[in-house]
Amino acid sequence: MLRLEGIHAGYGPTTILHDVSLEVKRGEVVTIVGANGAGKTTTLRTIAGLIQPTEGRIFFEDRDITSTPAHEVVDLGITLIPEGRQLFADMTVEENLLMGAYRKEARSRQAETLEHVLSLFPRVRERLSQSAGSLSGGEQQMVAIARGMMARPSILMFDEPSLGLAPIIVQQVFEVIKAVTSTGTTVLIVEQNVFNTLKASDRGYVLENGEIVISDTSEALLTNDHVRQAYLGI
Amino acid sequence: METFLQVLVSGLMLGALFAIVSVGLTLIFGIVKVVNFAHGEFLMLGMYLVYLFTTKLGIHPLLTSVIVAPLLFVAGVATQRFIIQPLMSARDDHIQIFATVGLSTALINLALLLFGADIANTPASGLRTPITIGPVRVLLGQLVILAVSIMLVIGLQAFLKRTQTGRAIRAVAQNRAAAQLMGINVNRIYMLTFGIGAACVGLAASMVAPLYPTSPNIGTYFVLTAFVVVVLGGLGSLTGAFAGAMIIGLIDSFAGFYIGSDVREVVVFGMFLLILILKPSGLFSNRLSLSHVSP
Ligand SMILES: Nc1ncnc2c1ncn2[C@@H]1O[C@H](COP(=O)(O)OP(=O)(O)OP(=O)(O)O)[C@@H](O)[C@H]1O
Ligand SMILES: [Mg+2]
Repeated sequence: MLRLEGIHAGYGPTTILHDVSLEVKRGEVVTIVGANGAGKTTTLRTIAGLIQPTEGRIFFEDRDITSTPAHEVVDLGITLIPEGRQLFADMTVEENLLMGAYRKEARSRQAETLEHVLSLFPRVRERLSQSAGSLSGGEQQMVAIARGMMARPSILMFDEPSLGLAPIIVQQVFEVIKAVTSTGTTVLIVEQNVFNTLKASDRGYVLENGEIVISDTSEALLTNDHVRQAYLGI
Repeated sequence: METFLQVLVSGLMLGALFAIVSVGLTLIFGIVKVVNFAHGEFLMLGMYLVYLFTTKLGIHPLLTSVIVAPLLFVAGVATQRFIIQPLMSARDDHIQIFATVGLSTALINLALLLFGADIANTPASGLRTPITIGPVRVLLGQLVILAVSIMLVIGLQAFLKRTQTGRAIRAVAQNRAAAQLMGINVNRIYMLTFGIGAACVGLAASMVAPLYPTSPNIGTYFVLTAFVVVVLGGLGSLTGAFAGAMIIGLIDSFAGFYIGSDVREVVVFGMFLLILILKPSGLFSNRLSLSHVSP
């Protein structure tokens, strides 16, 4: 469904990603594991079209999207829930969710999607008319995920959805991610909570210094010595 | 007492005039984050268009807005597309400022070339008819400006708040990258906003031209006050700009009457400097009210 072939990308003159190749198949949950600064966010931003790769190709459903601008990538059905939530802080929660459904395919079914998403996040429903900036960190993360789901994407990318959240909230976030995957949405996820994420996913890639060093099933990664030492602290 | 009322009402009328000229400027600033120094020249261009349509085609000045506002919309879109957008990736924001200052100078010289330095008088077509309400007198055209400026601010607020496109405009102003991640074409939103801002001043032109003589540097006359209004109202705030315009109108009117007409500008610009020093974010807003349109 989504395929990166030999991607080199970075910021200005600095190249961060070196020859990154990865694939996400329809219906899969795929994890990217990596230390701080490894280039996980850069990878997701490159797929989303916010960063233009200097080398390599990106395919989505066999269509070359390497130089497709970010807003068109969304139209194709690829949605990124960015690191740090990036809500429209001065807009209400409801307006944030409606912006999520901006994409043409989502707009016509906006009311229906909203109802579905709110059923997953009762907490968000209570806050609909509040400005997004006034919510707690956990609530904001819920809104960010809900907003991403409003696009009805065929592939949803999460960038550190549990960053900075209390353990109980992290638990909720994982439940929501499970709910998302159970509807058949394909997921590509980056998470610091490596153990839980691998448990919930099919396959994973290990990214170190902008290079993919291991690619395997989640089960295998959970027992891989290097992964256990470097990322699971076992 | 009667004099006081008259000065008060004249101030409010002047305020409405400043408001209608300033709305587009603050909109463009709030969303595109560009200070459009050519805003006054858009007004000047609009006024010449009104002048031409009224004198050559005999159209009523107010009706010309139906053509002039769309024409200025196109001019605004083109400015964003061909002048601002290519400079947006430039590291230095000042380049955009130089570009709009350059555009302003170019437009003034274009007007000099086309129309000469002489004053062009648009027919008043009844808009200079005095209307007496109790002890005060105003011109019909001034009442029109007041009504239209109020409707414009209310209409724009509703557009920004209630329509999907309006929300997209606010989203871009608040978080450009996040807006892209929603599937919003940011460059299109900027063009649209610049177009709407310029169309606002086109609308203003059809009401200002019958009351004020048109000349190549008329824009400079109005836009300086518009900058004061926009800063006073809190950059990017529509209601703030409206309130700021009213305050400046009143100050101008009272200072002109009670202190002397030659000091009114000293007072107005003295205020401007004071605000810049004491409360640079403006008197009314804590944040962009374009991004947070209160219900
Ligand atoms: N806007 C930017 N400009 C320049 N360099 C950047 C920028 N953003 C990130 N980098 C650099 O790119 C490298 C990879 O960053 P990236 O955000 O992709 O890492 P990450 O794997 O997501 O890390 P984290 O776990 O901390 O989120 C880092 O060295 C970082 O300093
Ligand atoms: Mg990151």
